Amino acid sequence: MQQQQRVIVVGGGLAGLAATVRIAEAGIPVDLFSMVPVKRSHSVCAQGGINACNEVARQQGYSEYQHFDETIYGGDYLADQGPVLEMANFAPKVIDLLDRMGVPFNRTNEGQRDLRLFGGSLFKRTHFSGATTGQQLLYALDEQTRRYEASGLVRKYEFWEFLWPIIEGEVDGLDGDGRCVGMVAQDMRTMQIRSFRGASVIMATGGCGLVFGKSTNSIICTGGAASRCYQAGAWYGNGEMIQVHPTAIPGADKCRLMSESARGEGGRVWVPRKKGDDRKPSDIPENERYYFLEEKYPAYGNLVPRDIATREIFDICVNEGMGVKGENQVYLDLTHKDPDYLTRKLGGIMEIYEKFAGDDPRHTPMRIFPAVHYSMGGIWTQYTPGTYTPGTQHGEHKPGMAAPVDAQPGQGMALGAPNNMMTNIPGLYAFGEVNFAYHGATRLGANALLSCIFDGLYCGVSVANYVTQGDPAERPIDSIDQGLYDAAVESEQAKMSRFIDTVDGAEVSDDTNPYLIGKEMGEEMEAACTVVKTEPRLKQCLDKLAELRERFSRARLPDSAAWTNQSLSYSRAVGDMLIMAEMIAKCSLLREESRGSHYRLDFPDRNDERFLKTTVASFNAQSQGAAQHDVSYRDVQTKLVKPRARTYGKVEKQEPAKTETPAKEAASV
Amino acid sequence: MIASQETASKGQHIRIRIKRSDGPGKPSYWQAFDVPREPGANIISCLQWIAAHPVTVDGEKTTPVVWDSGCLEEVCGACTMLINGGVRQSCSALISDIAPNDGDEITLEPMSKFPVIRDLWVDRQRLFDSLKRVQAWVPIDGSYSLGAGPKESPDKQGTRYTLSTCMSCGCCLEACPQYNLEEDESQWPTSFIGAAAISQARLFNEHETGKQLKRERLDALMGPGGVSDCGNAQNCVKVCPKEIPLTESISAMGRATTIHAITSWFRR
Repeated sequence: MQQQQRVIVVGGGLAGLAATVRIAEAGIPVDLFSMVPVKRSHSVCAQGGINACNEVARQQGYSEYQHFDETIYGGDYLADQGPVLEMANFAPKVIDLLDRMGVPFNRTNEGQRDLRLFGGSLFKRTHFSGATTGQQLLYALDEQTRRYEASGLVRKYEFWEFLWPIIEGEVDGLDGDGRCVGMVAQDMRTMQIRSFRGASVIMATGGCGLVFGKSTNSIICTGGAASRCYQAGAWYGNGEMIQVHPTAIPGADKCRLMSESARGEGGRVWVPRKKGDDRKPSDIPENERYYFLEEKYPAYGNLVPRDIATREIFDICVNEGMGVKGENQVYLDLTHKDPDYLTRKLGGIMEIYEKFAGDDPRHTPMRIFPAVHYSMGGIWTQYTPGTYTPGTQHGEHKPGMAAPVDAQPGQGMALGAPNNMMTNIPGLYAFGEVNFAYHGATRLGANALLSCIFDGLYCGVSVANYVTQGDPAERPIDSIDQGLYDAAVESEQAKMSRFIDTVDGAEVSDDTNPYLIGKEMGEEMEAACTVVKTEPRLKQCLDKLAELRERFSRARLPDSAAWTNQSLSYSRAVGDMLIMAEMIAKCSLLREESRGSHYRLDFPDRNDERFLKTTVASFNAQSQGAAQHDVSYRDVQTKLVKPRARTYGKVEKQEPAKTETPAKEAASV
Repeated sequence: MIASQETASKGQHIRIRIKRSDGPGKPSYWQAFDVPREPGANIISCLQWIAAHPVTVDGEKTTPVVWDSGCLEEVCGACTMLINGGVRQSCSALISDIAPNDGDEITLEPMSKFPVIRDLWVDRQRLFDSLKRVQAWVPIDGSYSLGAGPKESPDKQGTRYTLSTCMSCGCCLEACPQYNLEEDESQWPTSFIGAAAISQARLFNEHETGKQLKRERLDALMGPGGVSDCGNAQNCVKVCPKEIPLTESISAMGRATTIHAITSWFRR
């Protein structure tokens, strides 16, 4: 019998671990790589919960289809609808599975799984485990992975950094004959660089928050791995779609997330009606408080989607100057709720606020401001459409209406098709936040954990099929000449030497200090490329990035150690982040419309005719500077839901004090 | 930006003394850095500042300090170290709390119960291995759809949730007088397993499906380096950043192993 081919998984968050478990279960050995022990992956930071249709909501008229409709509407129609339908239909299975794995989901008195309200829905469809749901889900998958590790099917490479995919043949968009047959990685302790053969490589490396400096992301979320795949020929989709979370606690090292569940459990956002009112919040009477989200959006109130809440908070502080004590901050108030209830439902985040801001949110309103949080954009992936073929597009789906399509598997995306969530490079997959597939132009709260686990489980089957029945079965990876792998290792060693050789005892100036180049990049990207974007500012940003890239080409390392050299790892990532930053800025400039999280002051309306399209960036190594990013557009598959104006029932701004019934589908956003 | 409660005045510094080492087997040495005081600063932001400005108080040019970190919101466990002699996460160590006055000094050292990789970064693999030792998982029948898991009362969920917030940071092991540095991997399976893994054994024994491996877990805890090696110093519970009732878990597992020993004897 032929030797069993191995699969490489890069990244041990929810997506990577779910994929590992699924593929190992198929009897295929997995090599799992992570820059941190997988139990410490960024998924631990997810707080609020995970969405899925459930029996209680179902009996009130909710359905998988409604979840799908909400996700598409929330994402402002930019996501291909097939994969999203499949994800919404699959969601209840994810909850059941994690439940069986022992996740301590919060319970009702009867012992059923409890539910909470979350943004973008009028139904309780969010399952949760305290306010550390991501941590609990990750631990469950970590435990199952450890089980396979103990049995020998999974080999972990923790503290290893992905450096480059190894591709046999030529990559040329979707037409090349190239295929991914392994990768180069580096041990972050010994600094050893070596190649690994793999019948397929799954990138599950998460988002790129560090490109924007201080974000809610972990210190490891540089986007470096995604950028390396992009530079090696993988397409990147909707790079400009970056979610800024409305409620975070700014800090000196990062911005700490204050979960949407704080609003889901009744948290109210407000500022004093009088500018610069410096009374204590508890001394400001109810009628002198401006609950601006509730007044502007009577139907959804504080639970409008994140991009809308973010822009409204930004507007109140930056444009209206009504921020608390004249600063960029608004109150997020839970003090009207029972302290014990808050401890039970939101203990984890109450504790975070207390620890990092010093006040007890049970008794003092929290002060928060938006921060970069999630990347809807990511490595472009393909899929095989499912069996559902509608005659016509459907309008808004209302509770209780019969769903146009049932929740059988394979309706939206063909079950087990080898190309599901495969990049344009055969054998190279992208799962979880690192791909672009599910969230369109804005992600709804509590849909991220779902998309990560869905990818791992549903598309893990696709990888197993590719390995056992696809190309690697016909042309085994073992028969590839070792020279291909050795050359890839040499290339990475040369890159490392280029950095190490800059250390010669001479002073590192600010101009060439990689840490300061990284810091300037973050500040520039946050200022130009997040809540409000304009053409002049984006052009200025591209100029700044060109300057930073030039300075980076002369960057000098502060450390030449051949052992555990963190400066090397960070500096190398800065170079890759600069390329990603430039691509994001360029895609932002070219999308001349406003959609979801992408808001252009100079093009405030959505323009479906020109831009109901996926932005696809491909890297051209032959070119220079921003011209390296070839940007084109591909049609979005909208065969199920007809795009409608995304207003969330906003009422006219002129009468802020009144609360009326929502205006039906007013003008476009 | 929201400034923290502290008001940072210009020109104020904190002095940070760091115990460093270039690698396993290399001697350790101390270096001190003066870091400007910043609103909302914590140990992480100070180490980040040092990375960008690696010059000691003596004006000596040096290398950035190596340390382990991740989420920076005390939920991943990575950035654990000794701060002024006490073990804790460095992300939640706010400068305004631990060094409120100008010129205040802070010392940073790597954890002492794990082998140093470089500077403040230690290798905690033994901790993760101990989770295999007690089979800290629910033995489910695979990842395909088989309906929901067992129902659970809110009380039971509350107990398990608390145990399940253990982030494998190692504070309890650092503080434990019975848990010692062990560089020889072959000794790990018989050295004291420590509070974290004992508490995880309890977590999975409490679960309807997880308890199918109860006997195996108790067997592991009855062997050398098991629960009876606990010296009842109760340091673990005092340093646990997640306030997990570790001593309660140790007693519970102690009782369970006793009962298990008796019933196993009868089963023979």
